Amino acid sequence: MAENFETLRWRLRQDAVDIIVAGGGGHIGGDMSVMDALMLLYGKVMNVGPDKLDDPDRDRFLLSKGHAMEAYYAVLCHYGYLDLADVKARFSKFESPYIGHPNNKLPGIEMNSGSLGHGLPVGVGMALAAKMDGRPYRTYVVMGDGELAEGSIWEAAMAGATYGLDNLCAVVDRNHLQISGNTEDVMRADSQEARWQAFGWHTVCVNGNDLAALEAAFAETAATEGQPTAIIMDTVKGLGSPVMENKAGWHHHLPNDEEYAQISADLAAHAKAAEQGEAYVPELDFSVERAGATAPVSALAGGAGAAAPAPAADCPVHPATAGCPACANAKEA
Amino acid sequence: MAKTKANKQVICEVLMDAAASGDRDVVVVCSDSRGSASMTPFFDTYPAQAVEAGIAEQDAVGMAAGMAACGKKPWVASPACFLTTRSYEQAKVDCAYSRTNVKLLGVSGGVSYGALGMSHHSAQDIAAMAAIPGMRVYLPSDEWQSKKLAEALLADTQCAYIRVGRNAVDDVYTAEDCPFEMDRATWVRRGGDVAIIACGEMVRPALDAAELLAAEDVEATVIDMYCIKPLDRDTVIEAARACGAVVAVEEHAPTGGLGSMVAQVVGEECPCPVRCLTLPDAPVVTGTSPEVFDHYGLNAEGIAEAARAAIARK
Repeated sequence: MAENFETLRWRLRQDAVDIIVAGGGGHIGGDMSVMDALMLLYGKVMNVGPDKLDDPDRDRFLLSKGHAMEAYYAVLCHYGYLDLADVKARFSKFESPYIGHPNNKLPGIEMNSGSLGHGLPVGVGMALAAKMDGRPYRTYVVMGDGELAEGSIWEAAMAGATYGLDNLCAVVDRNHLQISGNTEDVMRADSQEARWQAFGWHTVCVNGNDLAALEAAFAETAATEGQPTAIIMDTVKGLGSPVMENKAGWHHHLPNDEEYAQISADLAAHAKAAEQGEAYVPELDFSVERAGATAPVSALAGGAGAAAPAPAADCPVHPATAGCPACANAKEA
Repeated sequence: MAKTKANKQVICEVLMDAAASGDRDVVVVCSDSRGSASMTPFFDTYPAQAVEAGIAEQDAVGMAAGMAACGKKPWVASPACFLTTRSYEQAKVDCAYSRTNVKLLGVSGGVSYGALGMSHHSAQDIAAMAAIPGMRVYLPSDEWQSKKLAEALLADTQCAYIRVGRNAVDDVYTAEDCPFEMDRATWVRRGGDVAIIACGEMVRPALDAAELLAAEDVEATVIDMYCIKPLDRDTVIEAARACGAVVAVEEHAPTGGLGSMVAQVVGEECPCPVRCLTLPDAPVVTGTSPEVFDHYGLNAEGIAEAARAAIARK
């Protein structure tokens, strides 16, 4: 029987929350935004599995935003790499292998990460190795949007395009929040679409918490020839409960008992609706947190400089007519 | 006759020999540095095994780690000054922490770039790279040892940093007589009065210093500590105990290099006078490498003088 991803996505979120609570804290917001992409990559998109750990043709995956480890644990446990009970019992504990970032001593984890900006250069190297060896595997690198301020990513973006690495896919978890606030207030990240295209990448803009759209984006990636693809997936940080959705303060957080109960109830409600056939697609409204912020973070920033380029007119996430408040189209709407 | 072949050229030849023998996994990565790293012959002859990263050292090392994780044996050949500082975190996380088989070849190390200034000097690289858990550090002394070291490193699977200079250097060994054991220092000369422990291009002047001292009836041991990490502690202890006075010589800043490590071992295991000859903790004087070395006493006479001082403190 085919897996019901619409249900699974909420159960995996509950697993991640439970791991965080068991370990005494974690990067809960980014776990929730990126969970759907991790689930689809491991459950449907990639040629991987616990029986293929040493298969030279397995697809390669790098969680460059390594702090979303609790989401990654939930996915690795569900697909048989790790034991959930063991992870919950030992996460962040003394002498545990289950640390807060990817540890490649664990089965299924290719590389250690945790320092932002490392994944894409490594991914370029993996994709280059595949080309050199004539192997069919593909490489996927998941990055955060705050992480995109790291210069090493753009070094790798140049190389990926220079070498025409159509076996390489960069996935940007564009949840619009980082630890200090909205990305546009901390360090402008828009327009990601224009930036990646300028570097020579094929781009796909998608609602990263819309499973059908996300699956189509991965299919488009695999079908693209001659250049690497960047999937810019707008997501909701903390997706699953209003307690944490779109709240920068939940970047790293340990829910208290009351919050935990509410989050669990909300996730269960999502799962129940999914069981009844509902495909949940969140509304992308990134003005929620920003409206209350004292943006920009730096008093010196914000007034000067050119406005971010508007996304392409055919951007499915930010159509000019929709007036998404997160992008330049909003100013014109 | 003056030498014409730099150590980096010899390493390129070793990598080309491997590729010529059919090793398709040997890869050279450069950061717009194929010329300065003497890797142009490799790039021209084996373009399918050569990767240009552009002027982007972080990406060069990250890419190399990714390739290594997929079975390749990459050597990143880039000026030591940039390779060891610009991509320091990639060396730490992507190479050492992730345990990938990346060889970091820092070329034109130390003060090789002379008058180009401190931006181009790498007098901190031993300290920096040796401080990374899992990262090995090697400074070969001449072309014969460079060849043997490169061959040994090609055959193993852990990451390492190798520093070589820019120019050809006088031989310490010969084609026929170059004793080499991986991770064991080489006894170049044996004497009972003072132990001179040197690395890289300081080994040759250390040997010359021993000859000066011999004329004064002072017999010096000369140790070629090409393997700075893992440091050959046994040899340090044996030499210190035999001589009772130690001089450490290196083309490096005074903190965290060979001298620091030797003094640490001697202090712990067999206390005796130790003199450390290094570059200063400051931007170095403008000049060619020999001019800079002469200025700071990193030459035969300066080493001999340090040896006399160490002996006087016995």
